[in-house]
Amino acid sequence: MNQAIVALRALFVGDVHADRVVPPTGYTAWLTLFVSGAMAFLAVFALALSLATGRLADRWSSELARSSTLRISAPSGQMAAQTQAALEVLRTTPGVASARALDEAEQRALLEPWFGPDLPVDSLPIPQLIEVIEDNDGFDAEGLRQRLAGEAPGAVLDDHTRWRTPLVKAADRLRLLGVISIILIAATTAAMITLAANAALAANLQVIRVLRLVGARDVYIARAFVRRFTLRALVGAGVGTVLAMIAVAILPDAQAAGGFLTGLGFQGVHWLLPLLIPPLAAIVSFWATRTAALRTLGGMT
Amino acid sequence: MIELQNVAYSYGGGELFNDISLKLAPGSFHFLTGPSGVGKSTFLKLCYMELAATSGQVRVFGADASQMTRDDIARNRRRIGVVHQDCKFLDHLPLAANVALPLTVAGRDASAEAANLTELLNWVGLSQHTDALPPQLSGGERQRAALARAVIMSPDVILADEPTGNVDWEMSQRLLSLLVELNRMGKTIMVATHDLALIRAAKAQVGARVLRIQNQSVQLAGADL
Repeated sequence: MNQAIVALRALFVGDVHADRVVPPTGYTAWLTLFVSGAMAFLAVFALALSLATGRLADRWSSELARSSTLRISAPSGQMAAQTQAALEVLRTTPGVASARALDEAEQRALLEPWFGPDLPVDSLPIPQLIEVIEDNDGFDAEGLRQRLAGEAPGAVLDDHTRWRTPLVKAADRLRLLGVISIILIAATTAAMITLAANAALAANLQVIRVLRLVGARDVYIARAFVRRFTLRALVGAGVGTVLAMIAVAILPDAQAAGGFLTGLGFQGVHWLLPLLIPPLAAIVSFWATRTAALRTLGGMT
Repeated sequence: MIELQNVAYSYGGGELFNDISLKLAPGSFHFLTGPSGVGKSTFLKLCYMELAATSGQVRVFGADASQMTRDDIARNRRRIGVVHQDCKFLDHLPLAANVALPLTVAGRDASAEAANLTELLNWVGLSQHTDALPPQLSGGERQRAALARAVIMSPDVILADEPTGNVDWEMSQRLLSLLVELNRMGKTIMVATHDLALIRAAKAQVGARVLRIQNQSVQLAGADL
C-alpha cells in the first residue's frame, strides 16, 4: 500500500531531474492531448446514450407493464352486462390495483386522432375499454384470461407484452451499442497512446541508450515517458469531458416533442459518471506507455 | 574486478574473439591496443555488458554477467565509469547536468553533491563551461567532460575507449595524467587506444601493462613499446 502511494506520488509530483533527462517533445504532446480530449468527448456521449436508453428501456417496461387494457366486444344488448361482469372479475383478481371502464368522452378522445372530432361514437359498434392498473406484484394474465372467458366471453385482455417486448429489446440493444462504443473508445485511446509513445521512444532512442549506459534502471527510463503521457491523457481527457458535459447540459429540452430524444443526457448522480473518464484515460495511458517503454527497453542492452 | 574466462564473441559476419581469458586486478592500469577495426570497442563493450559473450564467461565484480538481470546490469554499471569514443551526452542538457547524470539516474540528489561536482569540473578544467550544451564544446572539452562523468560515481573501474581520439597531443597528455591520477587513487583503469606515443608516455608515469588484440585473441605485449 505504502509502495503504491510512493509510486503514485512519484508519478504526479515527479522528479524534476528525471523529467529533464528526456528532451521535451513539441507537437506529439499536443497530439496526445488532442486525442485524449476528443476520445473523452466521444466517451461522454456514448455514456449519455447508454444511460438514456437504459432509462428508456426501464421506463417502457415498468410503465407499460403496470397497465393493461381489457377490450369488450359484444352485441349492444349484452355490452353493459359483460362490462359489469368483467369489472367484477377484475375486482376479485389478486394483483389488480384498480379497474375502470372508460366513459364515452374518454373513448372519443382516444379515437379523435384517427377519425377526427366529429365522429358519432354512439352510432358505431365501438368496443368498451377497461383500463386495468396492476399493483406491484402484477397479476397472472393467463389465469385472468381463463376466468374472463367464462364470465365475459366478449372480453379480450391486452397486457401490452406483445408490443412492449420489441421496444424494450431495441432500447436494450442501443444501450449495448453505447457500452461497446465506450469499450472501443478506450481501446482506440490505448492504441493511439501506444503509437504516440512508440514515436516518442523512437525519437529518443539515443537518449535512452545513454541513460542505460550510465546505469539507469528500466523503470527509471520508462517513468520519464509514462509520467508525461499519463498526465497528458489526464489533462486532455479532463478538458474533453468537461466540454462534452457542458454540451450535454445545454442540449435543448425535447420534452414537448417527446420520443426517444427526451432523455438523452444525465440525471441526478449519473452526472458523476463522466467524471470517471479522465482517470480511466490516465490509467489506460499509463498502462499503454509503460508497456511500450518496457518493450523498447527490452530490445537494448 | 572484471574477469573473462574462455570468452568468444562472434557477430553475423564471423568470429571476432576466440578463447580470451583475462583478469583485471584491482588497481591495475591496462592499455588495449591493436589496429582499428580489430575489436577494441567490442572488447570494452563485453566488459561493461553492452554486449554478451557468445561463449565463455564474463564475470563482473564476481558475478556472471550472463546471469544478471537488467537491473543488476544497471547497478553494476554504476561501478564502472566508461568514457565512450563519441562521449554520448544528452545534447539538450547543460554540461553540469550531463556530468551529474549518473547521480541523477541512480536516484541520488545531484544538488546535495554540488560541491563534489564543482570540484570535479575544476579538476578536468571545465568549471567555466558548466552551462554550455555539449554540442557547443570542443572535442577535448567533451572528452574531459566524458571523463568527469565516468568518475562522478567514484567507480571501481574506468574503461576509456580512444579517449584521446580527436584531441591534440597536449590535450591527450592532460587526459592521460587525469587517468594516471585516478589509478593512483586505486581505480582499475583500461584504456583502448591505437596511439602508441600515448602508451609510451604513460609507461613513464605508471606501471601500465599493454594488451594487444591479435588473431582474435588478446596477448600481453612485450617490452618492445
